Amino acid sequence: VSFLRRSKFEEGGMMEVSASNNVSLREFGCEQNLLSRPDGSASFVQGDTSVMAGVYGPAEVKVSKEIYDRATLEVLLQPKVGPAGVREQSQEQCVRETCEAALLLSLHPRSSLTLILQVLHDDGSLLSCCLNAACMALMDAGLSMSCLFCGVTCAIGADGDIIADPTAAQEKESRALMTFAIDSTERRVMMSSTKGSFSVQELQECVAVSQKASEKVFQFYRDSVRRRYSKNL
Amino acid sequence: MKETPLSNCERDFLLRAIEEKKRLDGRQTYDYRKLKITFGTDYGCCFVDLGQTRVMAQVSCELVAPKENRPTEGILFFNIELSPMASPSFEQGRQSELSVKLNRQLERCLRNSKCIDTESLCVVSGEKVWQVRVDVHTLNNDGNLMDAASVAAITALCHFRRPDVAIQGEEVTVFSPEERDPIPLSVYHMPISVSFAFFQQGTFLLVDPCEREERVMDGLLMIAMNKHREICSIQSSGGIMLLKDQVMRCSKIASVKVSEITELISQALLNDKAARKAGGKCGFAESMPQDRITALKMDQTDVEMTNVSQTGSGVILQGDEAPPPTVPSPVVPVPGVGQVGQGLQSWGLEEEEEDDDDEEEESSGDDQVEEVTQIKLSEKDKKEAAVVEISDSEEEEVVILYPETTEKSKNSGSRSDQKGAAASKKRQKK
Repeated sequence: VSFLRRSKFEEGGMMEVSASNNVSLREFGCEQNLLSRPDGSASFVQGDTSVMAGVYGPAEVKVSKEIYDRATLEVLLQPKVGPAGVREQSQEQCVRETCEAALLLSLHPRSSLTLILQVLHDDGSLLSCCLNAACMALMDAGLSMSCLFCGVTCAIGADGDIIADPTAAQEKESRALMTFAIDSTERRVMMSSTKGSFSVQELQECVAVSQKASEKVFQFYRDSVRRRYSKNL
Repeated sequence: MKETPLSNCERDFLLRAIEEKKRLDGRQTYDYRKLKITFGTDYGCCFVDLGQTRVMAQVSCELVAPKENRPTEGILFFNIELSPMASPSFEQGRQSELSVKLNRQLERCLRNSKCIDTESLCVVSGEKVWQVRVDVHTLNNDGNLMDAASVAAITALCHFRRPDVAIQGEEVTVFSPEERDPIPLSVYHMPISVSFAFFQQGTFLLVDPCEREERVMDGLLMIAMNKHREICSIQSSGGIMLLKDQVMRCSKIASVKVSEITELISQALLNDKAARKAGGKCGFAESMPQDRITALKMDQTDVEMTNVSQTGSGVILQGDEAPPPTVPSPVVPVPGVGQVGQGLQSWGLEEEEEDDDDEEEESSGDDQVEEVTQIKLSEKDKKEAAVVEISDSEEEEVVILYPETTEKSKNSGSRSDQKGAAASKKRQKK
């Protein structure tokens, strides 16, 4: 049985190599500190997908939400049309757990951090864009983090090829959709959210693609921070 | 999170400055802050920056059944979402006084002024009409949310295109934007709200108050007007007494401001139309400033894909080298025995033992009597065990509801097994 499995993988692997040479990330951009009220804010754009993020805190916390040894992080995701639903809640949770893992929350006991994400346009890879915007906003707010994180979405097309940073149309056609949060220090997976069916091989390949793609995003983070603290444009 | 309270000296400073006809940001009394209108990628999405105040409006539509008393009119729905992003004092999912006030004012400004032709939104009278929904999201509150929201809402409504529909007999076909060009709404006029803040019981007046000024003001007058100088709604709040000529003066100022803003909106709409016609990219991504030090953009980048599948298989192979997780095979002492849940802990039998038992059973014929008693004993054990074992699974109900039948079937089914069990018992005794 194991032989059969292995050979199947190799077949799949061969297919991937031929098909996945065209993996690319859409153009992306970021603006930090664009809102005057929040303590930190950023907007992140991936292709046409754009998300705005604002961070308030560390600030006073409600007694009911107070945690005695660390800060309470609240993440809110505002959809563009209508009130927030279950889909938004699940994405909020994904972002919250990633942020909680990265932030040094024990530095601010008994205080609240609020991260608000506003969807400006959804053209695929929304969750990864939310993660990137969240990280940039947290950076802008000057909160201490053990590592930075970025989000990468991979879609597996009907013919088994991997598409990184898919558009909404590509997401619709895809067989499986995975979003990973990757940390900046060891390129480890901090959070994963998957949809659809895929093999172990495909999962590992998507993780590998995301890790490669995260290098580009982290380089972008670095460039934008360097630009921000440079003396001229 | 609570709003940081304004200190007394700050309040006094602001009021003193207003008395001296000075404003914090250097504006004159009747000056509006810089108004900037940008559009999103899809139709009906509009961003408005009024100084630092920022709002976004998105228009959407869907086919619904009309209201019973108005079967030929489409439905307009407005919602101002006071997102906590705009100000820490705004709470998620709670209808605050401010949000009710703003929603009501926007409805009066845009719905009750009949600026949108709702009859053209009717598809089938009494059955299907378009419901147009305007969501206004506040992104940053630096005062005068109402004016920004009204500009954003009316601009988004002008920008919006609804899908084309065709009616053939009973059938209604909705065409996608690719099949037929979407249709704009028919907008009769553009009401725009202008806010005036009053200080010192109405002695001083400021146009377009910023957040700090809003916090020290005594009263607020909001006038919604269109460019034909028709007042669409007027609201005074804060409990100040205004004189007749004060209101007249405000409406005159409003008419000037409204014509300026209307001009700006039509210019922005024209620019966007031209950009879309030219086929260029438009949307938030394009309107992001490039010349700011806080902004950076990167072009499409390829991700190096060599070794990816090798890495993937490598990880899997590594995983394969590790001993496979052992799934203990469930112990079925003798075929025909039904077990529920974790088979392993239930009887305390080992497979090998069982084999031995079987052999032993064959060989041992002399101590039959003993075995019978053993069977009875073990049967009791078994019943107890069965109940305990099943207790946390769904089958529990069956056991409780029809104890006799299940026991019977259990007994008949597991008779042969019980022999084995009994034998093992015996062996343990030995």
